[in-house]
Amino acid sequence: MKIPFLDKLFTTSELLSNATPDRKFVSDNDSSEISVENLNLYIKGNHILKNLNVQIPDKKITCIIGPSGCGKSTLLKTFNRLIDSVEGLNVDGKIMLHGKNILSENEDLTHHRRKVGLVSQRPCPLPMSIYDNVAYGCRIHGIKNRKNLDKIVEHYLKAAGLWEEVKDRLNTPAVRLSIGQQQRLCLARSLAVEPQIILADEATSALDPISSKTIEELFVNLKRDYSIVMVTHTLRQARRIADYVVFMYLGEIVEAGEASQVFENPQNELTKKYLEGAFS
Amino acid sequence: MKHFEEQMMRFLMFVATLIVFGFVFSIVYAILKQGWGSMSWDMITKLPGGGFYIGKEGGFLNAIVGSLYIVGASTILGLIISIPVVFFLNVYLKSQSKTAYIARLAYDVLFGIPSIVYGAFGFTIMIYFGLRTSVLGGIIVITLLIIPIFIRSMDEVARNFPRDILDATYSLGATRWETIAVVLRQIAPGIATATLLSIGRAIGDAAAVLFTSGYSDSIPTSLSQPAATLPLAVFFQLSSPIKEVQNRAYAAALVLTIIVLILSILGRLISSKFSKNKL
Amino acid sequence: MQDSEIQKELTEKEEQSAVAKVFNYRLVKEKTAGGLMYILTIASLVLVVVMGIGLYLKSAPIFEEHSLGELIFSSNWRPLKGQFGFMPFIAGTVWVTVVAVLWVLPISLLTAIFLTEYAKSYVKKYVFPALDILAGLPSVIYGVWGTLLIIPWISNKFAPHFVDFSTGYTVLAGGIVLGVMILPLLVSLFIEIFSSLPTELRDASTSLGATKWQTSKKVVLKKSFPGIMASVVLAISRAMGETIAILMVCGNLPEVPRSILDACYPIPALIANNYGEMLSLPQYEAALMFAALILFVVVLVFNVISRVILYRVEKSYA
Repeated sequence: MKIPFLDKLFTTSELLSNATPDRKFVSDNDSSEISVENLNLYIKGNHILKNLNVQIPDKKITCIIGPSGCGKSTLLKTFNRLIDSVEGLNVDGKIMLHGKNILSENEDLTHHRRKVGLVSQRPCPLPMSIYDNVAYGCRIHGIKNRKNLDKIVEHYLKAAGLWEEVKDRLNTPAVRLSIGQQQRLCLARSLAVEPQIILADEATSALDPISSKTIEELFVNLKRDYSIVMVTHTLRQARRIADYVVFMYLGEIVEAGEASQVFENPQNELTKKYLEGAFS
Repeated sequence: MKHFEEQMMRFLMFVATLIVFGFVFSIVYAILKQGWGSMSWDMITKLPGGGFYIGKEGGFLNAIVGSLYIVGASTILGLIISIPVVFFLNVYLKSQSKTAYIARLAYDVLFGIPSIVYGAFGFTIMIYFGLRTSVLGGIIVITLLIIPIFIRSMDEVARNFPRDILDATYSLGATRWETIAVVLRQIAPGIATATLLSIGRAIGDAAAVLFTSGYSDSIPTSLSQPAATLPLAVFFQLSSPIKEVQNRAYAAALVLTIIVLILSILGRLISSKFSKNKL
Repeated sequence: MQDSEIQKELTEKEEQSAVAKVFNYRLVKEKTAGGLMYILTIASLVLVVVMGIGLYLKSAPIFEEHSLGELIFSSNWRPLKGQFGFMPFIAGTVWVTVVAVLWVLPISLLTAIFLTEYAKSYVKKYVFPALDILAGLPSVIYGVWGTLLIIPWISNKFAPHFVDFSTGYTVLAGGIVLGVMILPLLVSLFIEIFSSLPTELRDASTSLGATKWQTSKKVVLKKSFPGIMASVVLAISRAMGETIAILMVCGNLPEVPRSILDACYPIPALIANNYGEMLSLPQYEAALMFAALILFVVVLVFNVISRVILYRVEKSYA
C-alpha cells in the first residue's frame, strides 16, 4: 500500500487556514502526547476508571489491551469527551493535551474533538454520499469552496487507500460500500479534519481479515503524522503493530510501557497471565 | 386434553383475525358501494348551488378545498414545530433525562386528549381573542391536534437512531446543532410516515373543526373566513331528511375514504421499504 | 530572523482570536437553537396545564349555583330551567365504553397472540395493512358505516328478539362502532407488549413440554398483565373521547339507559351537539365546558397512569 504523503502538495491545513485561520494543531514540538493524571470516572456511582496515570507517546501506536469490561473503551471515549453523553457521569482528575486539561469545563469541545479523530468499532458512514462523508467535517469547520473540498476529498481518500476504488462514484451513498471500504471511508473522514490523535476502538473487529490487514497497514503508515491510540481485543494485533502498550484490568492500569518490554518481559504477574492467555 | 385446548384456541384466534378482516372489508365495502352510487363529476368539481340543501344542483368542492387548506397549512406548521422537538429530545437530551421523560409523557397525554376537547378549548381561546369561526381557527386547532402524532411517531424512529453516527459527527468536531442535517437524513422515512399519519388524522377529524372553522358554502378567500371540511360535509348532509342530500354525504364519505386509503397505502410502502414488519 | 519570529507569533495571536470568534458564533448558534427547542419541548406540558386551567375557569360559573355532587349524580337535565344533572351523559359514556371494551378485548387479545406467537410473516403482511386502514379511517366514516349497516341490523334483526320496537340508535350500536374503532389501537399496543417479551421466556416454557397456547396463556399473558391492563385503560380513555361516530349512532336521549337497547347520550356527543348554539345562556355554556372538563380530567388521569405503566413495561425488557 502506497500512501502518497510524500507528494503532499497541499494539506487541509493550508486550505482551512483560508477559511478559519485555525491552523495550529500540527504539533511542532513533542508535547502532543496525552498525559492522564489521577483520572477517576464514575457512572451512577459505579467506579469505572480507577485512579489512572499514564503517558501516551507522540507519533506512536499505543494499544490499550485488557479483558472486556475493563474500561478500555470508556478511557478512549474520555479522550474525546464522547463520554459526556452518558447519564450520571462523574469525572475527576486531568487529561492533559498540549498543556491544557481537556476535562476542564470551558474547553471548547468541538475544537478539541476535531483534534482527536475517532474510528469506531463498526464503520458508520453518515447517511450521505461518499464525497459528502469526507467533506462533512470540513464544511462544518467553514470550508465552503468546492474546489478546495474536491482536493481535500481526493487527498484523504488517497490517504485511506480508497481513492482508486471509489473515484468514479463519489456521489453514490456511502452505505453501498463494503464494510471494509466503509471503515476506510470513516478513516478518511476523520483525517480530513486534520486531527493530531486518532482513536480507534477495535477498529478492525467487524472486518474481514483482508480489510483489517489493510487498516492495520494504514495505521502503521499514519503514525508518521499522527499519534494513534487503539483499543484492541486481539493480542496478536497488538503484538503486530503496537509501539507502546497499556494493559488495563477492572478499571485500573496494571502495566504500561514499550511494547517490546511489556510483551517480552512483563513486570506484573497479572499481565503475564493475560498475555499467556490464562484469562481474557 | 391440552392438545384439544391448543386446537380450539388456534381456531378462536383464527376467527378473531377473520373478524378483524371482516370489519375492514365491511366498512370499506359499505362506503365504496354507497358512495359510488351517488358519485358524480359534479360532486367534486362544483360548489353548492342554490337550493343545494333541498336536493338541487351542486357539489362539495368547498369542503374538499377547505379540508386541503386546513390540512396543508397545519401539516406544514406541525412539521416545523415537531421536528425541532424530536431533535431536541433525542440529540440534546441524554437518553435517561428527566426532562425527556416528562416531555414524552406530556406528548403522549396530549395525543390521548379527545379532539372534541381540543375543539372546545380552541373555541374558548378564539372567543377570548375575538376570533370568529375561521380557517385560521381550524388550522390552529388541527395543528395542536397533530403535533403529538408527529412527535410520537417521529420520536419512535429517532430513538432507534444509531448512537454511532452521532458519535462520529461529534468526533469530527460538530456541535449538537450541526448534527441536525445528518439526523434528518437518517430519519427521513420516519418523517414521511409521520407526515402521512398526521395528514390522515387531520383530514378525518370532525370534532375539532366543528367549532373552530365552521362551515361555508363558498371557498374561503382569507384566513378569517369560515371554511367547510370533508368530515363535516358528511356529517351535516347525512343528517338531512332528503335523499339527494344524504347521497352527497355518501359521496363525500367516499372521497374521504379514498384519500385515507391512499395515505395508508403510501405509509405502508414507505415503512416497508425502510423497516421490517412493524406496525 | 527575530523579526520574522515575532511576526509569526503575532499572526498566530490574530489567528487565535479569529478562531475564537468563529467558534463562539457556532456555539452561540448551538445554544440559541437549544434554548428555542427546549421551549418548544416544554410547551407540551404548558399546553396540558393551560387546557386544564382554561376549561376549569370557563366551567367555574356552574359551581356557583350547583355543587359538584349534584352536577355529577343528578339525572335532571333541563338546561333551560337551570337544572344540570350530568348522570345521563356519564352513564351513557360508561355504558357505551363498557360494551365496546367487553367485546373487543377478547378479539384483540386473540388477534395479537395470533400475530405474535403463531402467524407466519406472510399472514402479518396482510393483517398489518388491514389494521392500518382500520386505525386510519376517520371517525365520521365509522359513523356512516354504523348508520348504513349496524343501525338497520339492530333495528330489524337483533332487537326484535328482545323488545317490540327499536330505532337501532342504541347503546349497542355505539358499543359496536366504538369497539371497531379502538380495535386497532388495542391490537397494536398488545403486539408491542408481547413482542417485547424475551424469547427465552417462551423457550423455557416450551422446552418443558408446554403447548404453544399453554405458553401463551401461562407465560406471555401472565407476564404482560400490567401492560395489558394499561393498554385497556388507554383504549378506554380513547373510547370516551370519541365524538362524531358515537353522535351518529347513539340516539342522543338525555336519559340514563337501562339496557343496551336503550338510546344514550355520551358526553362528547353532548358537547358537539350543543356547543356554540347556547352561548346566550352563560350557565349552559359553563355546563358544557364542565362536560369537557370531566372528559379532560378522566382522560388525563387514565393516560398518565397507563403511559407510566407502559413505559415501565417497555423499559423492563429493553
